[in-house]
Amino acid sequence: MPDLLTVTGATRRFGGVYALRDVDLDVRAGETHAVIGPNGAGKSTLFKLIGGQLIATAGTIGYDGRRIDRLAPHRRARRGIAIAFQDSPVFHNLSVTENVMVGAHAVTRAGPVAAILRLPRHRRDEVTIRALAADALARTGLTEWADRPAAALPLGQQRALQVARALCGGPRLLLLDEPASGLRGPERTALATLIEQLRADGLSILLVEHDVAFVARLADRVTVLDLGRVIAHGTFAEIREDPAVITAYLGGPR
Amino acid sequence: MGELAQYLVTGVGIGCAYALTGSGLVVIYRVTRVVNFAQGSFSVFAALTVTTLLAAGLPHGFAETLAVLLAGVIGLIVGLVATGKPGTTAQSALIVTLGLGVFAYAVEILLWGDQPRSFDGIPGSVGGIQKHYLLIIGVTAVVLGATALLFARTDLGRALTATAADPYAARIVGIDVTRMGLLAFALGGALGGLAGVLITPVQQVSFDSDVALVVSGFSAAILGNLTRPGLTLAGGLLLGVVQTLVGGYLSTSYQSEVALIFMLAVLVARAGRRDVLEAA
Repeated sequence: MPDLLTVTGATRRFGGVYALRDVDLDVRAGETHAVIGPNGAGKSTLFKLIGGQLIATAGTIGYDGRRIDRLAPHRRARRGIAIAFQDSPVFHNLSVTENVMVGAHAVTRAGPVAAILRLPRHRRDEVTIRALAADALARTGLTEWADRPAAALPLGQQRALQVARALCGGPRLLLLDEPASGLRGPERTALATLIEQLRADGLSILLVEHDVAFVARLADRVTVLDLGRVIAHGTFAEIREDPAVITAYLGGPR
Repeated sequence: MGELAQYLVTGVGIGCAYALTGSGLVVIYRVTRVVNFAQGSFSVFAALTVTTLLAAGLPHGFAETLAVLLAGVIGLIVGLVATGKPGTTAQSALIVTLGLGVFAYAVEILLWGDQPRSFDGIPGSVGGIQKHYLLIIGVTAVVLGATALLFARTDLGRALTATAADPYAARIVGIDVTRMGLLAFALGGALGGLAGVLITPVQQVSFDSDVALVVSGFSAAILGNLTRPGLTLAGGLLLGVVQTLVGGYLSTSYQSEVALIFMLAVLVARAGRRDVLEAA
């Protein structure tokens, strides 16, 4: 499988402190790749570098054969990278369907003039977006909630809605930031099932997660960070036996 | 038609200008969190531009439309200057708009002098009411209706609404938040320009007419926390009617006090609950 995302030598410094140092990571087309690590390992920083909310001090990020590390977040979205969870709550002033439709904004072609004048081009776009949204709602099991205000959804459904919104733009790479955090057992299982379904549909997924059981179930490969560096990578079975990983998680002589 | 009815229609007409001004403030504030103190200068600039365009021989309708579009462009420029630099806080941008408003005075006096100007609206009257007031009401209804549709029914409107709810999350889901802010400024500029163009045939305009318009427009908008278009419209109409009634039955010199008292009352009532500008 070719690599869809390639992070090489990613470094991010805040003042004199390295949050991330010389990190390599690759996500193959169609795989689910997890990034784990103790608190302060640099997971969120790495995630933000890939999403574009932070710019790397050094290193490169390639996506689909081109460098994206200097692109603004919305330009990365336009290339097919969608983000869900932690930093992207649902828009509480929109309905469920409207929230999902916002996800297609990045890929619509008709500009503001077409929208203001309601030109035919814009109307065609609206029809397409509505169909995409209906499809995304169906894939995430939210069809019956479609017309509710997003703020009225239970937490589990809000997570599904974030996934639906990310799907509506037709992404190739899905970045999931701590999908399981704050969810109870059944909600967590439902979300894991949904993510498995997305993988089966051919999406590449990069997830940052605390919940080890969640990662064990979903990830094809795992990259382990500690103190801003990669300390191990491989399948879950491989990294579980890795002494460096055990030390990082359980403490002990370094 | 009775005197009261005349005052009511006139008041609603004036109130439409306040509602348009207030809606411009609301559109800009919702998307960018910037209170745009240059809002009134959009109106003045557009109105004075119409006087020039008409003098140059352009027909009515065309001149007004052109001036409103120009106001939209000026709105865009104000937005660029005030918020274009990444990382500018809403508070700094507010101060920049204040500065631009004062700068607009200088430009307007240079171009048009400091004497009040006006131009003709729709001539004639029905039942003692100038027809132009009916035009103001009709155009405002259509434009605010279209604006509501834009926000409710289009991709652009959803992106603007999403940005208003949570700019950080909006950026993450692929919305160019800076662009949305500039579009909001352009839209606010056009709404402000329209207010000025509509009101000038019944109220002369001079470089400092923006103060009266903005005080009333802001009072209307503050009724809806600067975020609710419907309440802004209601507030604008209410203010227009009350001011006209006060002007008609008491004295015209009390008109601007009405807006200030209204604004104070709303602010005092709100302050008891939550910080007005934070509650969105």
